[in-house]
Amino acid sequence: MPKYLLLKHYRGGPAPHRPVPPMDQWAPEDVEAHMAFLKHVSELLEENGEFVDAQALTPERTWVRYGGPHAAPVTTDGPLPETSDLVAGWYMIDVESHERAVELAAYVSSEPGPGGKPLYEWIDVREVMS
Amino acid sequence: MIDEPTRRLDDGALRALVPRVLAGMVRRGEDFYAAEDALQEALLEALRVWPEHPPRDPRAWLATVATRRLVDARRSEAARHRREEATYSEPRPAATEEGDDALFLLFCCCHPDLTPASQVALTLRAVGGLTTREIADAFYVPEATMAQRISRAKRALQGRRLDQPGDLAVVLRVLYLVYAAGHAGRVDLAGEAIRLARQLTLATEEPEARGLLALMLLNHARLPARLDPEGRIVTLDRQERGLWDTREIAEGVRVLQSALAVQRPGRYQVEAAIAALHDDAARAEETDWPQILAWYDDLVALTDDPVRQDPAAVLGRAVAVGHMLGAAAGLRETDRLREVLGERHRWHAVRGYLHELGGDLPAAATAYADAARRATEVAERDHLVRQAARARAAEP
Repeated sequence: MPKYLLLKHYRGGPAPHRPVPPMDQWAPEDVEAHMAFLKHVSELLEENGEFVDAQALTPERTWVRYGGPHAAPVTTDGPLPETSDLVAGWYMIDVESHERAVELAAYVSSEPGPGGKPLYEWIDVREVMS
Repeated sequence: MIDEPTRRLDDGALRALVPRVLAGMVRRGEDFYAAEDALQEALLEALRVWPEHPPRDPRAWLATVATRRLVDARRSEAARHRREEATYSEPRPAATEEGDDALFLLFCCCHPDLTPASQVALTLRAVGGLTTREIADAFYVPEATMAQRISRAKRALQGRRLDQPGDLAVVLRVLYLVYAAGHAGRVDLAGEAIRLARQLTLATEEPEARGLLALMLLNHARLPARLDPEGRIVTLDRQERGLWDTREIAEGVRVLQSALAVQRPGRYQVEAAIAALHDDAARAEETDWPQILAWYDDLVALTDDPVRQDPAAVLGRAVAVGHMLGAAAGLRETDRLREVLGERHRWHAVRGYLHELGGDLPAAATAYADAARRATEVAERDHLVRQAARARAAEP
């Protein structure tokens, strides 16, 4: 069975279908509903036998490269640190098909946002090489 | 001494045998690291075989199997190449006290030349009697990674003499690390740390060892109230205090009193005293902030430059100052830490709390959101996002 990463992004990707403010500015009950849904997704994947891993990343980013012999590594927070693509976390799933991965990604994307309405968040679906 | 058939020997009892068997082997003159490896193999075999065939004398069984493994390992090593000079520690005078074994082994595992991660892993294996797999699970790394970390640690120490008394301060720090890592995962590391600290207090009169045990007990007592049924973090001021473990609190207070009676205070005793005062309040409003602040004054006085050497103490003190002298005074205290802790989520979270205490909800919401962005744990991040949203929603 193929494995897929369903990547969530802090920013980057296609223009948001539904622009929303950061979550700390949502109504408390909308925050609760959102978090409860994400917990439910993990549980659902586990029950289905499709769950491999889920991780979240902090928004802090450091680009690093070899600095050359006898030189310290070179670091930067990147070109356009305010707008460049930034991964927030992922689900890794083990599923029957690409179709199933897309179906699950769409389900994740239906997570409730402000007002309890779907967030329509873009999910980046990537197949993991075996 | 266990000499009856041990059908009911549970994991805990089995693990408790590990340091005793290991210490016996080392005292007999075996190399610590080779003996530890051999015993780990014997332990795995025990976990496999004992449920079906419980041994008459578990301790002797473990010692025999481990010794056999040791001999096997030595033979195969010798066959491969001429064995390099192994350093055996001198056989030590036989001691019968269980606590001595634990202390001796803790010093071996908490050698100051090891990294904290290695000290923790080695301690859990050699003294805690956990398998490599259990330790790997507790820290969410692959078993092979943990095995490698342990064998590298042992290689780093190969040939060093282990008969000198070690640094108790390092041992205490390692046990505290084990405790602090213990809030998640399949293995109850917090419980394990408490068990090890208890063993340690049998072996040394040092009041800081008892201070550490008391601190762990007094914090652990609140664990049942720390998360709500949905797994959300509940802060101390909102916890359901009826869920606190009163037996653990009573034991913690007893242990702390016996430590303080020695009149050689140290940071663990002081932190335990602060924890005890929190535990003592039936409701958050009854918290004895004047006494807590007094203990924090003692805590920051233990270091020459607390802002740099013990910023966590200064941050904790700022909360007490906020309760005693007002939110603005507490916030001024946190200002001193901006350079040291300004990028850490806890600093922002404490400022959020103090702003909220002072009634400045917009500032509280901003601080909580800043904290959430810097959090490194999902549960904590989610909690801080909730705090921010709650503070913003409560704005007049």
